[in-house]
Parts: sequence; C-alpha cells; structure tokens
Amino acid sequence: MNAPLRKAGVVLLVLFGLLFANLNWVQAYKADDYRTSDYNRRVQVAEYERPRGVLEAGGKALAQSKLTDGTLKYLRTYPEKLKYAHVIGYKPVNNAETGLERSEDDFLAGTSDKLFADRLSDMFTGDNTGGGNVILSLKTKAQDVAWKELTQNERGVKKGAAIAMDPRTGAIQAMVSMPSYDPNPLASHDEDTFDKAFDKLNDDRDKPLLNRGIADTKPPGSTYKVLIAAAALQAGRTPETSIKAGPSYTAPGTGTPIRNSSPGVCPEDQRTLKEALTESCNTGFARLGVDLGADAVKKISQDFGFGQTDLTVGNLRGGGLPVASSDTGPMTNPDGGVDRAALAQSSIGQRDVRMTVLQGTMIAAAIANDGKQMRPYLVQQLLSAERRPIYNADPQVLRTPVSSQVAGDLREMMDSVVENGTGRAAQAEGLKIGGKTGTADNAEGAEPHGWFLAYAFNDKGEPVSSVCVMLENVPGGHASAEAARIAGLILKAAAGGGRD
Amino acid sequence: MSRIPGVKTRRNAELGLLGFAMVLVAIYGATVEANQLDSISPSFWVPAALLSVLFFCLHLVVRFTAPYADPVLIPAVALINGLGVGFLRRLDIARALARDEPVPGIFAGTGGRQLAWTLASLILAAVLLVVVRDHKSVSRYAYTLGLIGIVLVMIPAVLPSSISEVNGAKLWIRIGSFSIQPGEFAKLALVSFFAYYLVRKREVLSLASRRFLGVDFPRGRDLGPVVTVWLLSLLVLVFEKDLGTALLYFGLFVVTLYVATERASWLIIGLLLFFGGVYLAYVLGASVGGPFANFYDRAEVWLDPFDSDQYERIGGSYQLVQSLLGLGTGGLFGTGPGAGSPLLVPEVRTDFIFAGMGEEIGLFGLTTLLVVYLLIVERGLRAAIGVRDSFGKLVAGGLAFTLGLQVFVIVGGISGLIPLTGQTTPFLSAGGSSLMANWLLIAMLLRISDAARRPASGGPAERSAGPKQPPAQLHGAMTEVIKP
Repeated sequence: MNAPLRKAGVVLLVLFGLLFANLNWVQAYKADDYRTSDYNRRVQVAEYERPRGVLEAGGKALAQSKLTDGTLKYLRTYPEKLKYAHVIGYKPVNNAETGLERSEDDFLAGTSDKLFADRLSDMFTGDNTGGGNVILSLKTKAQDVAWKELTQNERGVKKGAAIAMDPRTGAIQAMVSMPSYDPNPLASHDEDTFDKAFDKLNDDRDKPLLNRGIADTKPPGSTYKVLIAAAALQAGRTPETSIKAGPSYTAPGTGTPIRNSSPGVCPEDQRTLKEALTESCNTGFARLGVDLGADAVKKISQDFGFGQTDLTVGNLRGGGLPVASSDTGPMTNPDGGVDRAALAQSSIGQRDVRMTVLQGTMIAAAIANDGKQMRPYLVQQLLSAERRPIYNADPQVLRTPVSSQVAGDLREMMDSVVENGTGRAAQAEGLKIGGKTGTADNAEGAEPHGWFLAYAFNDKGEPVSSVCVMLENVPGGHASAEAARIAGLILKAAAGGGRD
Repeated sequence: MSRIPGVKTRRNAELGLLGFAMVLVAIYGATVEANQLDSISPSFWVPAALLSVLFFCLHLVVRFTAPYADPVLIPAVALINGLGVGFLRRLDIARALARDEPVPGIFAGTGGRQLAWTLASLILAAVLLVVVRDHKSVSRYAYTLGLIGIVLVMIPAVLPSSISEVNGAKLWIRIGSFSIQPGEFAKLALVSFFAYYLVRKREVLSLASRRFLGVDFPRGRDLGPVVTVWLLSLLVLVFEKDLGTALLYFGLFVVTLYVATERASWLIIGLLLFFGGVYLAYVLGASVGGPFANFYDRAEVWLDPFDSDQYERIGGSYQLVQSLLGLGTGGLFGTGPGAGSPLLVPEVRTDFIFAGMGEEIGLFGLTTLLVVYLLIVERGLRAAIGVRDSFGKLVAGGLAFTLGLQVFVIVGGISGLIPLTGQTTPFLSAGGSSLMANWLLIAMLLRISDAARRPASGGPAERSAGPKQPPAQLHGAMTEVIKP
C-alpha cells in the first residue's frame, strides 16, 4: 500500500503547487490591479486618512471635512445644504463625485501636482497635511438672494435656475438650480444612507440632481430677439431703423401665421428696432429674421456661444462643470433648403431653438462688456492647506461676438426694455439695468417658461453684473415678469460693493 | 534488542522546534502590537508563553505515551495554531480601536476564546494519546464510528435551517450562542470506518476485475460502497449546500479506496463520478434551481467575481472580491502584521482568515504557511508509509490526505482557484469544532507515527519472531479472497 500512499503525496504536492501558482497570480501579477481596484475600500480608507480641502466662498465653508472615529476618518459635510449643492456637488464614498468636488478632486484630495511640496514635506515630518482649499468666485449675498427669490417665488413655480456673472471677468457670482438637494446624506459613510438618498433623488420626477442652469436647455422665447437685433445691427441697421410689424405675419410658403403675445403689442405696420424690442414684437422679429436669412441667424448665435459643446465652468486652467450646448436647430426643409416657417419661429426663440441659462447670462455679459464675452469660471483661487496661494483666476476673453458699437446700440435698446418695456419689474435703485424678457411656449397645454436676461451698470458706469433667470411652466400669465423681478434683485445683490 | 538504543525518539528535537515556533509566535504578537498600538505592551509575550506551556504539556504526554512519534508534527501545528491566536487577537484589537474601546485583554474576544479552545483541544489530544495506546484498537469500534460519522454528517441536513444554516451552508448545530460543526468530527469517525471496511474488503475490490482499455475495472456489484458514498456526498452537496464538505468526504473515501486496493481505476472512477456530479449540480442549478441553486451561484461567482451584477447581488461575489483585494494589497511582502485592514474582508475570523493574514504577511508569508501545512501532511503520509498494519496505513493516509485536501479547498476557494465553499482553515480559523477535531486528527497521526517509528522488536508486547513479520491482524478481520 505504500506506492499509492506516495502517489497520494504527489497529488497533494501538485494541489499545493496549484495553490502556490494561484497565489502568485493574485498577489504578484494582479496585485496592482487589486490594490487600486474601485472595489478596494483600502484605497478609500487611505483617501479619508487626510482631511479633504475646504470649498469656500466669501469666507464661508461650503464643503468641509469633519473628524470622525469611524474606519473612514473624515466625513465630508456641506453646511449650506441645498443652497450650493449644484455648484459644489458631493463626494460619495463608493460612487463618482459630482460638481466641483469632481473637477477639483485632485486638489481637494491633496494628490494634485500643485501640492507636491506639501506631500514632500509630509514625508519628512510624518504629518498628513490636508488637501488644498478652493475659493469660489460666488458672492454669498447674490447666492442667498438668488436662492431665496427662486425658491420663494411669487408664482409657486417649482423648477428654474438663475446664474449671475461679472461681465468684466467671467466670475460666476451666483448659480442656483431649483429644486435642489441636500448633499450631506450622499457623502455618508453608510452605504444604505447613500443608496436611499440617491435613489429618492434620482427617481424624483422634478430631477433635483439636475443643474438646470448649465446642464439643461430650454426654448429661450423672446430673449432670443436680442441676437436677431444684434444680427440686424451688424447688417447695418440702427436702433432707429424701422422694421415691418403688424398684428400677424405669415412666413412665405407657410400657412400658420405668427401673432403677438397680445393684440396691444405692435399692431402698427412700422416700428423702430428699439420699439420692437422694447415691446417684444413677435411679428417684427419673425419677419426680420426671415429677411436676415437662416445663415445670419445661425452665425450670430454661434458668435455668442451657441453650438459650443466643450465649454466647462470651473477652473480657467481646465476642468469644471460641463455646460450643455445651446442650439439654434436646423431651420431646414427635408430637401436641405431653408424652411422659412421654421426660421420665422426660430427668430422669436421658438421651434428648435434651445438655450442654457448660462448662455443667457453670457449674452447679457458680452453686451454689457462692450462685446467681449469672458470665459465663465467658478474657481477664484486655490490655496494650499496652510492657505498659501497657489493659483489665482486670470480672466480670459472667450470670444468677441459683436463690436463695441453694436454692443452699445444693443444696450440702448435693452435699457429701454427695463425702463418702459416688458422688463420693468427688473428695475433696481442705484443701478442702470438693461435686459430682455422671454416667454417660451414649450408643450401643448403647458404653461410657458419665463425668462429674463439682464445686466447692471453701477453709478460709476461699470458693468458690475449680468444675470439670466429662467422659471419653468409659470402659471398666471406674464411668465417673464416674475423672472425679471428676481433678476433685478439678484443684480442688486451681486452689484453690492466689496468682495462680499 | 541491540538496535533499541540506536533508535532516537527525537523528543528533544521536538522540544527545540516547539521553542522556535513559540518564539515566532511571540515575535508575531510583538509586531502586531507595534503596528497597531505604536508601542509594544510589556505583556506582549503572555499569549505565546501560555501557548508554550500548553504545548509543552502535550509534549510531555507524547514523551511518555508515544515516545517515537514524529517530532515535526507538534511544532508545525503549534506554529499555525499560535499564529491563528495571534491574528484573532490582532482583529480584536483592530475592532476595539475602531470603536474607541480599550485594548481587549488577552483572554477577551475571539483571540481569548481561541486560546481556551486550544486548551480544550490539547486536552482532547492528550486524552486520545493516553486512552488509545494502540491505534489498532480503534478498529474494534469501526461500525459504531461509521454510524456516528454518518449521523454527524446528516444532522445539519435534517435540522431546520434556523438551527443549522450559516452563510447559506447548512453545516452547523446552533444552540443559543454555542455552535458546533459536527462534520468536522465526522471526518475522524468516517476515516476509521472506511479503513476498517477496506481492510476487510480490499482483496475483493482489488482482485475481481474486468480489463478495459488497459485498466482493470472492478465488477459492477463491487461498486456498491463507492456509489453509496458518492450519493451521500451529493446529498451533502445538495442539502447542506456545501461543495467543500462533499468534496472532502468523497475525496477521503476515494483515496482510502485507492490506497487499499492499489488500483488506479478507483481514482478514475472517483474523479469521473465527482466531476460528473458537480457538473450535474451546476446544470441543475442553472435550469431547475431549488436546492442546486446555491452551488450554481457559487460557480457563477467563481467564473466572474468582478462582474458588477455578481458583486452587488446579495450572496454574490462581494466576499470573494474583498478576499482577492486583500491578498492583492498584501502583494509579495505584505503590509506587515497589524498594518493591514483585514476587517474589510468578510468572515475574516473563519473562512477568510487566510486572506486576512495574506494581506499582512504577503505572498512570502503565505507560501511559508502553505509549506508548513504541506510538511504536516507529508509527515502524516510518512507515518502511513512507515506503519506496518493496513488499518494504520489507511487511517494515517486518509487523515493526512483529508487535511491537505481541506487546506486546498479553502485556500483555493478564497484565492479564486476553485469555487468558494465554506471550510475552516485547519488550526487557523476561529472556532472550537474545527480546532478540536483537527487536534484529534494530529493526535491520531502522532499515535500512528509512534507505531511506525517504534523499533520492531521494541516493546514486550510486540516481541515476535522473524525480521519480516506479517501485517498485524485486525480485530475480527477475516479477509475474503476471491481469485479471478
């Protein structure tokens, strides 16, 4: 019986050899994959060993790390809860970050090359210096007002967004999307808490996780007339040029007439460009758009930023929240020729024209800044853990859609909108505000969206702020009036002196 | 008589090796404390010292009752057992630190309980060595042991799940906070029974045959016992939902059968039956589900553990993935004892203890542990080769092989080599059943190795004529001989 016993010994030797070979596979060959696997909580444990940097605005911490006694040492908290959620985003334990928590992740976590010196000194001192701090361009007063006025609007609207920006620099002063969400449970170290909170938000029909200001496009309605007016001015017309208006306009080759929002608006046959914009004359602008042609309408839109698919708003050195592309729509027939009915409707911001709220803000900003459109940004400054400055935002011109002459003419007309036109609700003491209303039909039987885009000059003649407010499905008529009222208050808060 | 002084008992070698093993255990404990508490407490040596005392007592028992026993077995097992206690204590400390509790005492927590189980196990082993002075006397109770073995195997299967099921496998008897795994003890009883049965039937099984394709196959009617055990194993697989245990019992039987008959055909039949059964269970699990579903799930997990559906499914690949990640994080050298995060691996005190240790001692440490296991197994097989009676050969061979197979099944399972099945890692895993049963196994091997190395003309009881004595007769063993 000894021979089979020896063979059994050999069998075991082979089995142990297999174990050994497999352990080599797991612990040597695949070791790096496993060490850095997304499923490996040790990576997170290490990540949570040092405090993540603070995201702050105006001296107020918007996202900070709190020491706990759990396995994961630091808990991410968001003291302002809903108000800044769409800008800051959140940092979950097991899922991808969102917002600036995502785009500035390296710097906040302390792994960025910019913080190399800190890491190097940590090696010698044995400390675990925290990640870097990110100072936002947001003005807390403007954000407060934007949040309060949107969420407590007078029409009980549940969905909307507002973005304010400094026209001279591109610094975002306020960015609010409604409805919002509390990021705190999403940063919980308890997986169930995250899952429950996330599922609830994700299944919500009002999409609270969506940043309506930049990640969503809506028909801009009459705010789009500003661009048609800009194209007309570029083509040699002036604010005083008469254009054909009237109670109704039927584009060549179509049967459906375009009418004004009420019979009292530009029933006259001729109105000046300025009067037409002030009253928001649909027939006049539809006809003007058809006269200018589809190419001119598309070109002026692209000059102001329509069609840009790679814009982000965050850090000027790269990275940020992705901005959806605003779009003019094709305005063509199936045969490829210009669809004049579509062109006419597009010229008043309907049909297939879609725009983000940020695009509206950037249009107003470019007009306020003498035609120079600044690249929008949210990250004003990066500081090391010891608050040593590492980066300061250096404003950049994104594009120059119109000359300063055209920009001045547009301001003259938009000022008139707020002074004695459809945007009177935006008036604010001490500021010269110009803007444009928009009421956009969106679906059969649904209430229209209310828009207002505007800029404000202070008493020194400086363009201190530009803003765009959009409210979805506003009941009770005059949808844009409520948007204009909120815009005026935001401009006033954003124009307030000092760095907050 | 003149040869007796020339045969060394090698008890002093055992004592020396034991001392070396205990020094390693003490160093391990010190490293754990240094890494976990940033300082070494003045009492770090206490667990190692207590274990040393316990093992020394066993050593004394062996000195008096089995003086010629293999000197490597006790130190090798003591090393693994000691490291197990140290690692469990390390987990207790980690949990206390995470909860901001004071560092647990040496007798507290899982580590302390394992220390107590070690004491109980060593007492059992010593009792076995004292009571069973001749391993052949066990054969007297072979049928009783066989019955006990089968009952022990079947108890959890017939008990309601609330009492017997832990993590999907029905292997337990749980009464309150106390639980035992009867299957662990069944191994010992079944090996004794198989050995006795096969010694009696080996002539029949090895001689009567038909030749087919150059291999001698047994007659159909002689297949009865192997088919019976195969069915029993499959019942275990299906009703206790545990592939590992089924594999263990069946492997045990096939190997003792092969050793007894020296016929490779039994191995071929055994392997075909086993893999056929496993494949059948897999196919049935995929199509019929029901009692087969558990095995099918395990196989699916094994095939693609990193699939996100498998990972997120309850009872899916989470455990295996965490085990692999722990092993991978350890890499070649490991993070060092006490410096890893073994608590991230589920069931790290029992099934996954090898993965938990692997993160900290790395590939090199685990390889060393495997070599120590292999050493124990090969020493057991050597005792089987050396002992003169067939019963002793089969018992020692069966026990040693089962021990090796169990290490293969669990280590292969937690490292993704084979589908994972819940088995304890012998001498490492927390839990009294496994530790006691495996120490009894070692005591039996010690007893048989003592007989193997004892000089033929040694004791007065074994005095007999001639240098080549026939194999000792078993109690009541009437060998049936049928010539072809």
